[in-house]
Amino acid sequence: MIALLMRDLRLAVRAGGGFGLGLAFFLIVVTLVPFGVGPQGEVLARIASGILWLGALLACLLSLDRIFALDFEDGSLDLLTTAPIPLEGIVAMKALAHWITTGLPLVIAAPVFGLLLHLPGPAYFWLIVALGVGTPALSVLGSFGAALTVGLKRGGLLMSLLVLPLYVPTLIFGAELVRRGAEGMATEVPLMMLAGITAAVIAVVPFASAAAIRINLR
Amino acid sequence: MSLLAVEGLCVSRGGLPVLEGLSFAVAPGEALVLRGPNGIGKTTLLRTLAGLQPPLAGAISMPPEAMAYAAHADGLKSTLSVAENLGFWASVYATHDIEPALERMNLVALRDRAAMSLSAGQKRRLGLARLLVTGRPVWVLDEPTVSLDVASVALFADAVRGHLATGGAALIATHIDLGLAEARVLDLGPFKAKPPEEGGFKGHFDEAFG
Repeated sequence: MIALLMRDLRLAVRAGGGFGLGLAFFLIVVTLVPFGVGPQGEVLARIASGILWLGALLACLLSLDRIFALDFEDGSLDLLTTAPIPLEGIVAMKALAHWITTGLPLVIAAPVFGLLLHLPGPAYFWLIVALGVGTPALSVLGSFGAALTVGLKRGGLLMSLLVLPLYVPTLIFGAELVRRGAEGMATEVPLMMLAGITAAVIAVVPFASAAAIRINLR
Repeated sequence: MSLLAVEGLCVSRGGLPVLEGLSFAVAPGEALVLRGPNGIGKTTLLRTLAGLQPPLAGAISMPPEAMAYAAHADGLKSTLSVAENLGFWASVYATHDIEPALERMNLVALRDRAAMSLSAGQKRRLGLARLLVTGRPVWVLDEPTVSLDVASVALFADAVRGHLATGGAALIATHIDLGLAEARVLDLGPFKAKPPEEGGFKGHFDEAFG
């Protein structure tokens, strides 16, 4: 399974692998928002946490269809399914590789982008915590959407429709955690909810994704 | 004692049966070549044996973790080199040594070349080298010789012979003559599933609502 993770990471950083795509998209969203809503600091500061979370979510969505589609097209998904690794493990590793190549760079870069949006001082710490805890759930839930649409041509729209509602709880609690952090309020409840969602998703969704792939490969 | 035995197998494509009442066994050291016209269900049969889809009826008996499957597509990553592609599968199957496989399929000179710069035949050779690193006794091969030249077909036939000599077995769907004189040939024609008009299975949907 480590071999699969290393292969996916290597593919992502090689030419055309899509590494940095999410990050570039995130940067575009965050730099364009001040142009759109105007440069008033207090307005930006108020919406910063929501914009950062939305940007992260859409950046993640952008690269989801690559999780299985490329392997399906060149036939490696068939071969991986017959390999001695359980399909659930394959799905988990692919979601992890997706998180490392899209979620993790966002977590690291988010404070810099927060600066562009006039994010209030105490919120930076909570922004890193919220994205760090919440984005794994985005990748794993995304793997489920990608698994459901794996055999479809141009399945991107369908996948977005399937996945976006599943992202809503993470978005709500993630943005709420940053907002409360920024205003110096108690953060335990949204943090625990966010972490709980991520933990539950990691525990359950790989099985659902594996089942979806088995059906799609028939 | 056979490595792979199939009893009364019925396989379906898109919910409709294509082959039925199929029984055969493959012993260690034996190759079975599947013949039949396009659409008879060779690929469907092999995918069913590989566990990618469930059979409609019948039983497949095979020791666990015994089979290596090679499909039409080679599953190569174009930005990875030959050695990286093969090394990945070697570590998936926990065998780790890719040198014998590279030598066997005449890929040593190409080992650091990216897979995207290989010719179709070279890609196919790399795809078949994957079988050698799996270390699995039963090879299930779907049209293994597509885009191979005569010399490479001979190379492949040698690899299969070497595999059979070590107690392995192979199940090969192919249209061309591999030069494997010892291989048994099974014509799938007689096992073609009856169309619904003649009392054959109509598919689950028609069965339920027709």
